[in-house]
Amino acid sequence: MNFAATLRIALLALRVNKMRSGLTMLGIIIGVAAVIIMIAVGGGAQARVEDQIRSLGSNIIMVLSGSMTSGGARGGIGSQPTIFEDDAYAIGREIEEIQAAAPTLRGTGQVVWGNTNWSTTFYGVTPDYLEVREWSIVEGRGFEPAEMSGAGKVVLIGQTVAKNVFGDDSPLDQVIRVRKVPLTVIGVLERKGQSMTGQDQDDLILMPIGTARKRILGAAQAKSRSVSSIMVKVREGADMNQADQRMRELLRQRHRLQPGQDDDFFVRNLSEILQAQEASSKVMSLLLAAVASVSLLVGGIGIMNIMLVSVTERTREIGLRMAVGARARDILTQFLVEAITLSLIGGAVGILLGVGGAMAIAELAGWRTELSGSSIVLAAGFAGAIGVFFGYYPARKASHLLPIEALRYE
Amino acid sequence: MSTPLIRVDGLTKDYVMGSNVVPALCGVSLDIAAGEFVAVMGPSGSGKSTFMNLLGCLDHPSGGRYWLDGEEVSQLSGDELARVRNRKLGFVFQHFNLLARTSALDNVGLPLLYSAMPPSQRREHAAKCLAQVGLAERMDHHPAQLSGGQQQRVAIARALVNDPQLVLADEPTGALDSHTSVEIMALLQQLNREGITIVVVTHEHDVANFAGRIIGFRDGRVIQDHANTPSDAAALLA
Repeated sequence: MNFAATLRIALLALRVNKMRSGLTMLGIIIGVAAVIIMIAVGGGAQARVEDQIRSLGSNIIMVLSGSMTSGGARGGIGSQPTIFEDDAYAIGREIEEIQAAAPTLRGTGQVVWGNTNWSTTFYGVTPDYLEVREWSIVEGRGFEPAEMSGAGKVVLIGQTVAKNVFGDDSPLDQVIRVRKVPLTVIGVLERKGQSMTGQDQDDLILMPIGTARKRILGAAQAKSRSVSSIMVKVREGADMNQADQRMRELLRQRHRLQPGQDDDFFVRNLSEILQAQEASSKVMSLLLAAVASVSLLVGGIGIMNIMLVSVTERTREIGLRMAVGARARDILTQFLVEAITLSLIGGAVGILLGVGGAMAIAELAGWRTELSGSSIVLAAGFAGAIGVFFGYYPARKASHLLPIEALRYE
Repeated sequence: MSTPLIRVDGLTKDYVMGSNVVPALCGVSLDIAAGEFVAVMGPSGSGKSTFMNLLGCLDHPSGGRYWLDGEEVSQLSGDELARVRNRKLGFVFQHFNLLARTSALDNVGLPLLYSAMPPSQRREHAAKCLAQVGLAERMDHHPAQLSGGQQQRVAIARALVNDPQLVLADEPTGALDSHTSVEIMALLQQLNREGITIVVVTHEHDVANFAGRIIGFRDGRVIQDHANTPSDAAALLA
């Protein structure tokens, strides 16, 4: 007996009992849909973390000023200016694992334009800053070399600042005042959204580092060339820890620290923190998928249950089939194909429902969901496997019936 | 005379029930020639049904030998018996055993699913057999839409669809009224005239009287085996 005939027999038997077939499939439908939706929800959460990593920029190490202890009171990070613009240039130049090192000078101030004003954070940066943070300019242009060297009175603004200060007006070529210094807006930065700590990353303005130092922060800063922090981007594929280590060594050497003396700076590997968060969200989505798989398992047991009932109910049919020449193998195949067909059709409907459900959740609840092809393939494969696994026992039971006893069964 | 279609020699069958061994058949030896119409009679518990199941290759004998069409089938495996049933035997049951919610045509074609016949010929062949039993117009009817007599005709068509050498009918009229019973027996007689060997199990003398040979069973043994002048069922109907 060929496979097409077996399939036809199985489909016929399923069609004869539409209601029961439908109810049996329901278990698999719900299971498959649940797996797909849960994986999509988990994937969405993971994608959000990944987005945050991307918005920070990947492979980032921060170098911060050390702390100062005076009269027994220990200051916090940055209380002592110990890192300098030249440290950043040296890191970028001398360590091959480093793609770019961006010195930043940080300050806060009121941005004034006409009769509106907005309190924000300003950063004095070099063009490397945009490279490190993988940040692009959506409108206007970046800093030009002349503006960098000559402390040009130009500024790039974040989306939040643009919205709050300019509203619907175009900010380009407008002159804003920061601490009474007039600066021309030359560009608007791409939206980054919230950082993982919930901070609005778009609430800032960027200006050439010289501008911040000489024109805004004033004389004390102008002399020392110290910076608030250095943001370092490690090359793709390079060893983060080795880059970290070599950077420490370079800074110790430049700062003339003796062996045994503490570092006068702090190094923070931000990517590591995010990666830990990513790992935890992965665990989370795995957990969700595991819970959903339980319902798939329950659906499979439902199939076994119904198939067992079906074998008992159709004992005479099985006896008849044997009497007219079906071998044990034919009966086994028929019931196995019935179970697999049930689970595969259920799986297909479940996939549709799962994809629809994930979309509906994204639409209605506003959660982010990520449908992945692999989760759909996985769910379909799992549904088929469940058909084989839970269909085998009833099918074997059917094929082991003795023809005369099956025929006499009342 | 050439080799008989059926030859059984010392056939026994014991059923084991717990620690008891219940003998159902105690050494039956007989021959049935091709083209015979045999009625197997006996009260319940006489062993006639057990004998029938052994003839039908539905069960293995406990002892003795059985040749069907020159092939010794008493030693065959389950799968080989299935092949023998499929190629050489046709069954008619008391309660028809048709598949519910399945058309008459598909019911008749069922044995062909397990045969080597290509799918394209199955339908045609099944339709031919239905026509042979006078149900050409009812091909798409389900068993529930047919009368008892018509259902048994469908079952007979199913028994014929593989061109068997032997049709075994187990109380074929047991669930039918007397008029319909005669119709069914007329059909079986007609098939017998066309060359098919028929063995009918029954406990009714009226039914056995349509056969050309009557074998009586009691307590697992053959107690009588004689020729009979069959009454013509078709003539009774006319």
